[in-house]
Amino acid sequence: MAAGSAREGGTGGRHGLTAAPAPTPSPSPAAARTRESAAPAPTGRRPRRARRRGTLIAWAFLAPALVLFLYFKFIPMFEGLRMSFLEVRYAGDRFVGLDNYSRILTDEAFTEAIWHSVVLAVGTTLGSIVLGLLLALLIEGPARYLWFVRTAAFLPVVTTMAVVAEVWRIMYHPADSGMINSILGWAGVAPQPFLASEDSSLLSIMGMSIWRGTPYDMMIFLAGLVGVDRTLYEAAAVDGASTWHRLRHITLPALRPVFWILFTLAAIRGLRVFVEVYVLTNGGPNGSSEVLMTLIYKLGFQKGELGIAAAGGIVLFVATLLLTLLVQVMRRRQAA
Amino acid sequence: MRRFDSALGLEARRGPVATALKVLVYTAMIVVFTGPLIGLLVSAFGKTLDPTSFTLWPDAFTLTNFVQAADKNVYTYLLNSFVVVGFGLLLQMLVSVFAAYALARKKFRGMTVVMLIMLATMMLPEEIIAIPLSLVLADLPLLNLDLIGTYAGMILPVGAWGFSILVMTEFMKEVPVELEEAARIDGAGELRTFFTIILPLCRPALGVIGVFGFTMIWDQYLLPLIVATEPDMWTLPIALRSLRSDEEVGIGVLLAASLLALLPSIIAFLAFQRQFMRGLTSGAVKG
Repeated sequence: MAAGSAREGGTGGRHGLTAAPAPTPSPSPAAARTRESAAPAPTGRRPRRARRRGTLIAWAFLAPALVLFLYFKFIPMFEGLRMSFLEVRYAGDRFVGLDNYSRILTDEAFTEAIWHSVVLAVGTTLGSIVLGLLLALLIEGPARYLWFVRTAAFLPVVTTMAVVAEVWRIMYHPADSGMINSILGWAGVAPQPFLASEDSSLLSIMGMSIWRGTPYDMMIFLAGLVGVDRTLYEAAAVDGASTWHRLRHITLPALRPVFWILFTLAAIRGLRVFVEVYVLTNGGPNGSSEVLMTLIYKLGFQKGELGIAAAGGIVLFVATLLLTLLVQVMRRRQAA
Repeated sequence: MRRFDSALGLEARRGPVATALKVLVYTAMIVVFTGPLIGLLVSAFGKTLDPTSFTLWPDAFTLTNFVQAADKNVYTYLLNSFVVVGFGLLLQMLVSVFAAYALARKKFRGMTVVMLIMLATMMLPEEIIAIPLSLVLADLPLLNLDLIGTYAGMILPVGAWGFSILVMTEFMKEVPVELEEAARIDGAGELRTFFTIILPLCRPALGVIGVFGFTMIWDQYLLPLIVATEPDMWTLPIALRSLRSDEEVGIGVLLAASLLALLPSIIAFLAFQRQFMRGLTSGAVKG
């Protein structure tokens, strides 16, 4: 599933940004030929013992990775699933069936947190994709000086999340002397409370996430734009098509795979958001920006409700899985 | 006829209005996306005492914040961060190149399953398993080791990283078989072939997984938050929260520490830009 979407993103950017390591399926003709002519020969000629030795060596090389994946990915995952049916206590765990799940789905704090996660995910995703596309279209082109603009604009993506959040927390300072409020002041806008108000805390977090997500989406769009067939533009110009028509009928259809991959990724990332909220508001004020992950964290590490926290993790996992499947189904249907 | 190298055809337009518009758009982009970071850079060297003096314009130049940062253990946290990222990255890269070698150069039963498993972990956000992971770290099955409160607890989990394995595997598939066979005929063993023939040819891909791994590990938050129970083991990103609420010093120390936490990833990005951009589309799998 993931490989499929990566491949599409990869083919889009084959000309410029992606080179060899991208998982594009088409190797150079020369490489394909050498592999075809050379690979089958040794396996056919080699005795069975040598082949078994080869298998052993392969597993030996894989062993460190498999051990680490087992300990830090798979065992925790199955532990999480097991724990989600338990009430975890010092005296001994008690099996409670689906109680943890039903508590999550009925508890008001949880339903609100799920709702906030969804709002944050949708808002951030849409905002970043729309702005990213717009900026990509504006700075698309071969001009030399543009690399500087692209590099500068990309900086938010590589910066440390915790630092970005601290910086924005300072910029969002609610008094009229706060940085963003000063800038708004020049435009005659009254000071906003931003993170300090229940009405605007979630929106303010969204603003920062869009700021950080837009350059990433822009870069992926730029990679996709490289793959658009230029001769179609020429043909459209000959036919007298306007810029809007060209965009609507050539560019956007060509970018469709990019939209799908960005949408899936951003939505998944949005659902599991933690650091942003933890640093900026820690769910406050008055729970107005509490998301699923911050709630899970508080339940698990501060209140010791491990079973419920684990069930929350599973709910998040299922939501992520459903979302991915939904996007895949929609994409298939549209492609057909 | 006009040329159409881009969808909007902007780059083909000339004249004062078009130029002015372009300059405006580009400047706005640079200001919006780098402004907060430049603000941090400037303010960290200022005499900032309250949050409102965060500014793009320097009022003074002083190193006070960085000097005071020493009293608040900021350099210990920075060192912790470097220890974790150094060993973590080394482990991650070693594990990835070994696994990729098996997946790209060997044929064996169960290969597809292994590949699928690794891909599946890339779809599994680590936040989801945070709670059970903390329990597993506190008592590793079979080994009965407690990694909570140890550097190993922050380092070992970042060794398992599907993205690096995937990128490396795809790259290794392109290395011609002849080179490997020539080495074998010359009597080179498995490890020797791997280290002297395959690995040197994969240098570009090593750059890609290296710079992505670095930014990823440097950005880790939840894992050190769970593992580093004692303040003297904190990494810099998670230490920021306590610096913020420290009333003995102004916000200046927080800004200085933030700048220190920011610089390594920015330097890594600027130095390895080409590799970064190259891995970007393949990195889109993980995001």
